[in-house]
Amino acid sequence: MIKNIITLFLILIPINSYALIEVDITRGNLDPLPVAVSPLSIDEKSRKSFEKILKKKNIGEEISSIVENNLSTSGLFNPLSKDAFLQAPDIANLKPRFEDWNLIKAQALITGKVNYVDDKLRVEFRLWDVLAAKEMMALAFTTVPSNWRRVGHIISDKVYERLTGEKGYFDTRIIYVAEEGPKTQRIKKLAIMDQDGFNNKFLTLGNELVLTPRFNPTSQMVTYLSYFKNLPRVYLLDIETGTQEVVGDFPGMTFAPRFSPDGKKIIMSLAKDGKSDIYTMDLENRIVERITNHPSIDTSPSYSPDGKYITFNSDRSGYQQIYLMKSDGSDVKRISFGNGLYGTPVWSPRGDLIAFTKLHKGKFYIGVMRTDGKGERLLTENYYQEAPSWSPNGRVLVFYRETKTNDKGEGFSAKLWSIDLTGYNERQIKTPTDASDPSWSSLLSN
Amino acid sequence: MILSKIFKNTLIVLTACLVLSACATKKEIATDIKGSMQGDVYTGTDTVEYLAEGVPDRVFFATNESILTTASRETLRAQAAWMRKNSSINVVLEGHADERGTREYNLALGERRANAAKDYLMTYGISSDRISVISYGKERPVDSGSNPLSWSKNRRSVTVKAN
Repeated sequence: MIKNIITLFLILIPINSYALIEVDITRGNLDPLPVAVSPLSIDEKSRKSFEKILKKKNIGEEISSIVENNLSTSGLFNPLSKDAFLQAPDIANLKPRFEDWNLIKAQALITGKVNYVDDKLRVEFRLWDVLAAKEMMALAFTTVPSNWRRVGHIISDKVYERLTGEKGYFDTRIIYVAEEGPKTQRIKKLAIMDQDGFNNKFLTLGNELVLTPRFNPTSQMVTYLSYFKNLPRVYLLDIETGTQEVVGDFPGMTFAPRFSPDGKKIIMSLAKDGKSDIYTMDLENRIVERITNHPSIDTSPSYSPDGKYITFNSDRSGYQQIYLMKSDGSDVKRISFGNGLYGTPVWSPRGDLIAFTKLHKGKFYIGVMRTDGKGERLLTENYYQEAPSWSPNGRVLVFYRETKTNDKGEGFSAKLWSIDLTGYNERQIKTPTDASDPSWSSLLSN
Repeated sequence: MILSKIFKNTLIVLTACLVLSACATKKEIATDIKGSMQGDVYTGTDTVEYLAEGVPDRVFFATNESILTTASRETLRAQAAWMRKNSSINVVLEGHADERGTREYNLALGERRANAAKDYLMTYGISSDRISVISYGKERPVDSGSNPLSWSKNRRSVTVKAN
């Protein structure tokens, strides 16, 4: 699958224009930008070819609807209803009649076309500033037809980046744990899907308990906890080849794994004799380093994006709280001082915030704080939710939520949810089964 | 007038009944919890299985704790005596947590609980070679309820025969 990225050529057609439209992303979805996504136009011959290969009646419309859906779920854009569009897609792509688009209050317009060229899918698209009556961006890609969903995601990322000034997060995947069966005997499998819930694939069979998969930020590798042969250990999985290997040779349970930002190390906990400490293992030379040494529980470690610091949770104060230390384990200091218990700290890819789970008075919160522990903001409150994971641009958090059961112990479910950093735009991510422990990948194409 | 008097009396009787029955149910629940929990440690026998007669297979813990209660120590002494008598038997101690904690912390907590039980068995003469430990965190609850009593049953270390 990764190989397909190589065949995806990006041809940037440069243009000179100022960023006229500005989307204020700090305000969340309070005032989403009205945008018109005109369906990608397609000639009849190309349409028929793609219908044959991809079993989609109109691949141009399909790709446009991916873009529309992405922009809409971001909460920053409001894609307008196609019923109101006055101009035909092919004409609009040549030269939009800006008065028409202005009339329906579109501020930005996306147009484009799809062609079938040498067994490949060729897409070009343009982004227009309706008020200024100017082209903002024009791009063309050629790729294998089976990559059509990714084309939709890449267009979304380009539009998002052009209009917000920040990288997008649509051409990404989420790895998670798929769950089935009664609460007392859950069957758990690793599963992976596109960020929008499509292309779901199970990666393990459910023969052994698996937990907490996490992406390598630099490759298609995943680290996770498996109870293979009843020995809970951290494993490494190559999504491309399916090869799995146990990480290191430890005398006890290893768990809570994550990659270092350069993807070269795994940081994790080792539980032995009733205490849990943090270790790293270099994946190239297999050298193991002990980072903490304390009789308490030290777990859920996460690196800062520059690799210089580690945040983790520990109950060394008596209760679970969030700490910070240098990556060699020195200068340990507690940073969470609010009421309640704090866990699962995860450093934002931008470096300025740490997302966490908080338990206070019987409620679970997902929140963010600055790296000095100040400026705590709770984004969402629920019966049970935890394990936030950042979108690669640091705008959105995905986490899982479990429901309370009734008096008979029935009604349990676990689902994935996402929320914007602002605390707005909370959404469930649809999965074929129950789901937990999500981890967001980096952008597949850069 | 007579009618209204009868009516009044009936009302009084009815109200009295209601108050009484409300009291009764409240008391029943209260004693139920009291009878099977001390503090928030489970003391009932609902989920308990027996390794041998008089040898319960599990001990229970308070929220976020791994300290052994008096009752737990008694259970573990009975397990140690049984293991001394049956010297060929090895055991696995399975440590568990309730659902009210983060997954990774709970894995560590389950391990700490199972080790608390292991340490106690060792002080009563059981060799560490005969005991292995595994933590399931919050992954394998015995009670799927979302209430304090259910959670108390799930905060446990279970001794399981390994051979």
